[in-house]
Amino acid sequence: MDWSALSVSLRLAAFTCLILIPIAIWLGRALAYARFRGKGLCEAFVALPLVLPPTVLGFYLLISFGRDSPVGSFWANLTGGGLNFTFTGILLASLIANLPFAVQPIQRAFEHVPHNLREAAWCSGLSAWQTLLRIELPLVWPGILSAAALTFAHTLGEFGVILMVGGAINGETRTLAIAIYDRVQAFDEQGAAQMSALLLLVSFITLGLVYGLAGRRRWVRG
Amino acid sequence: MGWPGAGGGYVADSRITWPIEGLGVAVHQTGPIPLAAEFVCQPGELLALVGPSGSGKTTLLRTIAGLYRPQSGRVECAGDSWFDGERKHSLSPQRRQVGMVFQDYALFPHLTALENIQLPLRHLPQPQRRELAEQWLAKVRLEGLGKRYPNALSGGQRQRVALARALARDPKVLLLDEPFSAVDQVTRRRLQRELALLRQQIEIPIVLVTHDLEEATALADQICVLHNGVSLQQASPEVLFSRPDTPLVARLLDRHNLFEGSVVELEGQRRLQWGACILEVDEGLANLPLGETVTWYLPPSDIVLHRRDRPSQGERENPLAATVEELVVLGGITSVSLRVQHGDMLRFDIATHAVRRNQLTRGAVVNVSLLAAGIHLLPGHRVRADAHDKRK
Repeated sequence: MDWSALSVSLRLAAFTCLILIPIAIWLGRALAYARFRGKGLCEAFVALPLVLPPTVLGFYLLISFGRDSPVGSFWANLTGGGLNFTFTGILLASLIANLPFAVQPIQRAFEHVPHNLREAAWCSGLSAWQTLLRIELPLVWPGILSAAALTFAHTLGEFGVILMVGGAINGETRTLAIAIYDRVQAFDEQGAAQMSALLLLVSFITLGLVYGLAGRRRWVRG
Repeated sequence: MGWPGAGGGYVADSRITWPIEGLGVAVHQTGPIPLAAEFVCQPGELLALVGPSGSGKTTLLRTIAGLYRPQSGRVECAGDSWFDGERKHSLSPQRRQVGMVFQDYALFPHLTALENIQLPLRHLPQPQRRELAEQWLAKVRLEGLGKRYPNALSGGQRQRVALARALARDPKVLLLDEPFSAVDQVTRRRLQRELALLRQQIEIPIVLVTHDLEEATALADQICVLHNGVSLQQASPEVLFSRPDTPLVARLLDRHNLFEGSVVELEGQRRLQWGACILEVDEGLANLPLGETVTWYLPPSDIVLHRRDRPSQGERENPLAATVEELVVLGGITSVSLRVQHGDMLRFDIATHAVRRNQLTRGAVVNVSLLAAGIHLLPGHRVRADAHDKRK
């Protein structure tokens, strides 16, 4: 059992969720409510990581994280370090790769909030912020939960993008999924089996917890 | 009517004299929804906005609430300016203090009935909030149901929670958007009765949007008739049904007795010639030139059917013979259509038992009187000229 790989995986998944969910709430809400030209383009861009082969996404990220590229050089100027083959690098890659998993459930949830509920809240004297906190967020909560679950589980299982951007540096970028691959390559089937079983268990528990919680809302219709 | 478009100067031909004690609305815009509407509603008064679907009723209600911002116009309530297109001034819905009951009630599904009513009371300390909400719950007769979520309430109960939530905020105006359309007939009657009772306790303008004329007539002090975003006439139901401003208003109110006649003189008196009939008219004929073709309207209640066995009151007033063309029995009421000699059709409703008593049958010839006081002249209008009404 590669404990450091487990730790990298869990840290990566947790940080991805923490950073991505607030962004996804903002972006999903904007996409659900706003009517603007190029909205379809915007949605297509968000959904792209769903269909793009991870290696393609990883390749482009690898290129743009390099010190010769604007993103890479900006980061180097800011921190003095590089992005490729670092934990920050794979975190950034993970944020981009998970964008559709986080945004889409939240966007769907906001779309299902009847428009006149917001208006009723305004007429009841609630400001836009209070409306978001007291009316909208409680109503889209299941969407946020499933977004978090999907993002968490998907990050644990992400392989191609992480491998391209991060390689397999022990304790830094070698996640559980990559460690399993390494074990198989080294003919250590028992180690691979242990870690696979662990990943399966963690993923299942995460999803089960979230769907179980989401199903317990009393006011749900039907 | 010649409203200027966006920009201002609209008040030039406004019929409203500002400032208004209650609620005053004047809205003008060329698109996307064309609007040219004006109406007033005094404190304690219930104003019904009626008109076919697409006539802009709900848009006007949303304009009052601040949920819709028209190009130009003016909304004032209790001396405060809520919207002024000229000054580019518009208060947010939060600051207008309106009580709004939405068509599908828009209750917050994740809050209990009591929490729904408490939400507008957030400016008060919690114990007081709860107490007030409980009081409102009792006022709409929902004691004991405060812990229920909206999905566990019936349609009528939801409507009451919505009404309580709207009133809990101590609003300056109460807005009701088709509040009775989503419940069954029995519940509707009961809720209408309760609204009529509740009204006596609140001294604010109430604006009701409805397409149900019967409902408007039963509940409203004033009715404003809308058509394609234009307010055609505002008056009390009695005035509206007996003295519509235009043939279009009469038709939108489902009134049919619109005819054309010409002004004639008989023995030194002005009379209205209608086919072969010469009719006496109480008001309005004197100012019209001889020979002028004029459209006139008669409320069905001013058509008196003569009894066969004995003469009825007013028999001498504009008597004429007509043939029964159609009898449509709708329960206790029968809709009667009479064809007059020259082809026009008189329509009125009478009790079904009166039809039996008078032995009215299709093809029978009956005598009726058209009461002179009821004949309402509409000079300058043609019966069909503004018939761009899309209803049948």
